[in-house]
Amino acid sequence: MLSIKDLYVSVEGMEILKGINLEVKPGEVHAIMGPNGSGKSTLANVLAGKEEYEVTSGSVLFDGEDLLDKAPEDRAKDGLFLSFQYPVEIPGVPMVNFLKSAVNEHRKHKGEKELTAGEFLKLMREKMDMVDMHPNLTNRSVNEGFSGGEKKKNEIFQMALLEPRLAILDETDSGLDIDALKTVANGVNALRSPERSAIVVTHYQRLLDYIVPDFVHILYKGKIVKTAGKELALELEEKGYDWIKTEN
Amino acid sequence: MSVTIEKVDLSLKYTAYYKQVKEELFEGSSDILNDQRNKAFQSFVMQGIPTRKNEDYKYTNLHPSFAPEFAFVHSRTDEEANLQEIFRCDVPQLDTTLAFVYNGWFSKKSSAIDRLPEGVILDSLENISKERPELLSKYASLANPDEDPMVAMNTAFAKDGFFLFVPKGVVLDKAIQIINLMKGSSDLLVTQRNYICVEEGAKLQLLLCDHSENQNNYLSNSVTEVFAGSNAEVEFYALQNQHNKATSIHSVFVEQQRDSRVTTHTASLHGGLIRNNLKFILNGENCEANMYGISFLDKKQHADNFTQVIHAKPHCVSNQVYKNVLDEQSTGAFSGRIHVVRDAQKTNAFQRNNNLLLTDQATMQTKPQLIIDADDVKCSHGATVGQIDEEALFYLRARGIDEDKARLMMMNAFAHEVIQEIKLEPLRERIDELVDKRLRGELARCHECSYGKDC
Repeated sequence: MLSIKDLYVSVEGMEILKGINLEVKPGEVHAIMGPNGSGKSTLANVLAGKEEYEVTSGSVLFDGEDLLDKAPEDRAKDGLFLSFQYPVEIPGVPMVNFLKSAVNEHRKHKGEKELTAGEFLKLMREKMDMVDMHPNLTNRSVNEGFSGGEKKKNEIFQMALLEPRLAILDETDSGLDIDALKTVANGVNALRSPERSAIVVTHYQRLLDYIVPDFVHILYKGKIVKTAGKELALELEEKGYDWIKTEN
Repeated sequence: MSVTIEKVDLSLKYTAYYKQVKEELFEGSSDILNDQRNKAFQSFVMQGIPTRKNEDYKYTNLHPSFAPEFAFVHSRTDEEANLQEIFRCDVPQLDTTLAFVYNGWFSKKSSAIDRLPEGVILDSLENISKERPELLSKYASLANPDEDPMVAMNTAFAKDGFFLFVPKGVVLDKAIQIINLMKGSSDLLVTQRNYICVEEGAKLQLLLCDHSENQNNYLSNSVTEVFAGSNAEVEFYALQNQHNKATSIHSVFVEQQRDSRVTTHTASLHGGLIRNNLKFILNGENCEANMYGISFLDKKQHADNFTQVIHAKPHCVSNQVYKNVLDEQSTGAFSGRIHVVRDAQKTNAFQRNNNLLLTDQATMQTKPQLIIDADDVKCSHGATVGQIDEEALFYLRARGIDEDKARLMMMNAFAHEVIQEIKLEPLRERIDELVDKRLRGELARCHECSYGKDC
């Protein structure tokens, strides 16, 4: 599904990713862990198409097509979803308009009929229950005045609406209390299927108790330095990152 | 040096012209209007057409606008048979009492003034100033020619405009809509003088729409004086939608008595050069003044909003929100002055100006000015000039919304804060639509338009 080959990425002239290789097959969940500044968020943002990141070499294929050539909106419509680490507040853009536009853009892309306002509201209510989001929140502007936890839930809510085939969760667990963490994890798990995959970027093993990964990768200084099964997360929790740092 | 001479010459051209047509100006005009004329003219001679050296016109060069050889309309002309035919109303759902001003002259026969509630007068200024001069007792008391050369020029040349009187306690349930139509076979300079008096406890919603037909150079220099009695409520909407060869200079003066509430909305959707002067004096306690403005500029358009609020009495609130969206090489300016006089304690005065620049070539000047002589007041001002938030844009795009549409959503969001304050619902919806069209780069003209893309 996703194939990253020898990816080098710079931001403002500074090299952040230094040769990433990653293969994500349908149905797999990959966790990416690593200390601060190792390049985890950069990887997530590059995949979503953020412009200030410059790919200096390497390639990324999504369903066999060159991902890096595509505009962010086209990547999204092809089924890639980034749950933002810091969701942006957009005053004046109503949540409902935003979500309806997003859903209908996806539907148009798939050759499906656009949803009417009524159909959309029904779908929205259904997905809101799933992530336990307060109905009042959709009356607001995008993320405006949302608490940290509400913002993260809102990301998962959008993911539930758009049903991506590859979800990238960029530290979706940070700032969440344990109940919210479970809700978020349930939202993600509800979408798991043999066709859908996820990349979960996190600092902590805690989230992985709920979203059980098939692979855990450790990203350090722009490179994946270790890959193993879910037990690697537990090992990290126990030993910290120091042993990785000394080994590399 | 030659430039300076040219500028002086331009003012001389108009002073010479005044002398030449003086008789025509006095003829048929009331004493009230004529009494002010010579004095205002002297004031114009002293000041001339403002240059950028004039602090209040620092950001707007009016000289190119005055350069064409304009025709004036000094007497009532035969107007088009039916103005309602020419003008197809832009807000179809809006149920208003419709009236027309044609090249600065109030058109009685095209206006639906017979349907107004008893006691309400909507008529030509020329007429009323002759027949009911007592109603115009405060003519030119707010619009001081010595303080602004454009007001001086207006007072010297003005012969007509509309007069609107809402007597004590009368609440108009229908808005009054006045269409300013400019149409000429040549370049035209129009001077319009309006007078609005809303007495104690009366309520008025007024919508002014500026339109110009065909592609001539038009210059409109209007002055409107508004008197709001105690406990009166006035909503004043100005919809400016002309073409790129039109210059609109509109000076609005508002005086409020105690417990009154006046809200102005200025929506500048289209026009070559727009200069709006809006000056409030809060002359009684517990007044509320709200001033909203939104403008959309592209090509080489220019819009300059100049506001002034004088808090003359305690316990008043004023609130200003002005926004500009500037595209291509357009330029904009906002100057907002708040003056709290010594005894106007417990004043709340707020002002905000936000501007969105869509290109590197667009420029915006913004100048807040607070003069506070009282010691127990709350005043604030804020101004921003920025681009579309790239982080927000990426967020929208990352959800599958394409870049153009995402930009549009953001621009609409920017404008919406001002537009949502419009209380007349059909007007608000219509302006939302026009804004959306305008932002899509389509012509936002509110009526059937025969112009090409360049207008």
